[in-house]
Amino acid sequence: MLDFLDLNFITSRVMPYLDRGLLMSLQLIIPASLIGGFIGVVMGVLRVFGSAPVRHATDAFVAVVRGIPLTVQLMILYFGLPNLPFLKIYLSPYAAALIGFIICTSAYQSEYVRGALLSIQQGQIKAAQALGMTRWQTIISVIVPQAVRRALPGCGNEIIYLVKYSSLAYLVTCIELTGEAKVLVSRTFRPTEVYLVAACYYLAMVTAATWLLTKLEQKLAIPGFGPQK
Amino acid sequence: MHIFSTIFEALPYILEGTLVTVLLVVGALFLGFCLGVPMAVTQVYGPKPASRLVGFYVWFFRGVPVLLLLFLFYYGLFGLIGLEVGTIGASCIVLGMTSAAYQSQIFRGAIQSLPAGQLKAGRALGMTDGQSILHVILPQALRLSIPGWSNEYSILLKDSAMCFALGTPEIMARTHFVASRTYEHLPLYITAGLIYFAITMAGVTLLRRLERKARIPGYNNAGM
Amino acid sequence: MNAHQNDTPILRAEHFSKTLGGRKILDDCSIRMRPGDVKVLIGPSGAGKSTFLQCINCLIEPDEGEIWLGDRKIDFRNTRELCGLRERVGMIFQDFNLFDHLCAEDNVALALRKVRGMSKAEALERARMELARVGLAERAKLYPAQLSGGQKQRVAIARALAMDPTVLLLDEPTSALDPELVGEVLTVIRDLAARGMPMIMVTHQMEFARAVATEILFMEHGRVIEQGSPAELLAEGAQTRTQDFCIRLCDLCGGDASTLDGEGGTASLTPNAECPEA
Repeated sequence: MLDFLDLNFITSRVMPYLDRGLLMSLQLIIPASLIGGFIGVVMGVLRVFGSAPVRHATDAFVAVVRGIPLTVQLMILYFGLPNLPFLKIYLSPYAAALIGFIICTSAYQSEYVRGALLSIQQGQIKAAQALGMTRWQTIISVIVPQAVRRALPGCGNEIIYLVKYSSLAYLVTCIELTGEAKVLVSRTFRPTEVYLVAACYYLAMVTAATWLLTKLEQKLAIPGFGPQK
Repeated sequence: MHIFSTIFEALPYILEGTLVTVLLVVGALFLGFCLGVPMAVTQVYGPKPASRLVGFYVWFFRGVPVLLLLFLFYYGLFGLIGLEVGTIGASCIVLGMTSAAYQSQIFRGAIQSLPAGQLKAGRALGMTDGQSILHVILPQALRLSIPGWSNEYSILLKDSAMCFALGTPEIMARTHFVASRTYEHLPLYITAGLIYFAITMAGVTLLRRLERKARIPGYNNAGM
Repeated sequence: MNAHQNDTPILRAEHFSKTLGGRKILDDCSIRMRPGDVKVLIGPSGAGKSTFLQCINCLIEPDEGEIWLGDRKIDFRNTRELCGLRERVGMIFQDFNLFDHLCAEDNVALALRKVRGMSKAEALERARMELARVGLAERAKLYPAQLSGGQKQRVAIARALAMDPTVLLLDEPTSALDPELVGEVLTVIRDLAARGMPMIMVTHQMEFARAVATEILFMEHGRVIEQGSPAELLAEGAQTRTQDFCIRLCDLCGGDASTLDGEGGTASLTPNAECPEA
């Protein structure tokens, strides 16, 4: 009764649902990684080059976001914000999920950016100064090109995490890939097949993202920086 | 004031969930360790097919969201093989299997970062490869793995919050339960967040102490 | 060695003092460079040689002191004047500090483009010329990670020379090199000296210092204690601290004491004094 290779069932019933879910997942992942990545870079730079109060504020923000499960953050955004005494913010499931992902991914990205900026040798900066470069020339021509290459593997990993954590959108009723699978299971009562196919969708996304990021890393690789350790 | 009394009344109930959360995390870490170490050794020293198999396992468990894995195993595969473990058991096993995939990569990295001469030195003293791995390689590799391991702890703790989707009675599920009755979502979730934050910090501090204790000269974890 | 006929100094660093953490690292040190001068700073480690050198182009800002470039005083708290000073004063570091993300020719060209405002093509042409002068024309496209220590240091020298510096500062240029690579770098520096490039150099290569220096400054505890031509300071029987130091240095390293006059050293050297091989 449980013939696993019921291709007809998979292609005609499962895949249309999951394709729709995939679309929603991508609508969450792509904007979240772009906006979150940008905010992450800005925060990373502030955490290294900012004034003391800015540094402390951003450090504290990142520590809190990293110390609390994304599940809790999403619940706060979706179920919690309407409780605010005067504001009573109601977010749509999509908005709550997207904002949660942006906050979370930017905090983690800033960590990689910060680490990369701090890893630049003092000598590199001294050499640039000794040649008469200004602070901004040094940052743009020397520090950033090196830091980008150092941060890239970590930032890429973070995007892959985001692909997987996008499944949490289901918890705030934003029906994406995992959500569609769950709905479908409640109609067909065939959890193993449906979830396995959904798993394949995620594996495909993660594998594609990994491949793209490796290509990007190879493209930017130079001796002394890059994939080969 | 009303808010505080709600929190105060709910707190014992939620804190009971903390025990479940800690149980999940400790259980998953343990299971992940027990599976992860042999997997790492297999991947580095094992025969090609075995190493491929481990590679496939790691690829699968690192590529699929934990939430989906929870659904897949709890509603699907565990039933197929007739395993009845309840929500806590299922959560623990799924988290543990996921963690094994990550932990194996932490250990593999550590093993590969050791100089090749270590294994040779063991062989030169007449140890079998198994003995060399057990007595020379692993003690060094495990030390180097502690920082990665402490990271794995905080990831697992945060992932454990997803288990509430199965109805596992941990912190999150209990908070959600109380919140949906009292409609005090915000203060209750913030309380839950603080509890997670506290457990994260406590665990990380503990592991940092372990790291200091296990430290021997020549092993700084630079580059890990 | 009679190169300094022209008496107007091209660079003066006067009365430098620097206190760090309550300890006086530099105490009223001065140096004057005339065209063709090659001055060597020597002394035990911790004497303040490197600090002094790095104060001259304000990589370390001195607490007190004045810098004159020709007859113009540099206000080194003014960013533009500071960058202008550094543009005119080249620096070679002990650990090369090549820009790790740029290949050899881009390393040389970067400052030509950003600081000098040259076009990319112009800068690269100049860069290749400078690399050819240090014998690295073939390595122009290689990255620092692909070069040996000696080659890296020669690229660093090319990078500094491309800016047409008035004075070149060299901070132990051979200390981080494997012994067999020291020679190629010293050859390049010797050529520069022969061409009349004014240089201030911190080094422990005593034989080399003796051969190329027009003046030796011996530093200890942040002060210049002795100053004079190698002939004066290292002459046979000259009872100078400099000579004493050199003898001990060579003794300790089993080095070429024969090139220095005098008998074996007496006291033990501070254990952390660097040897030429170090």
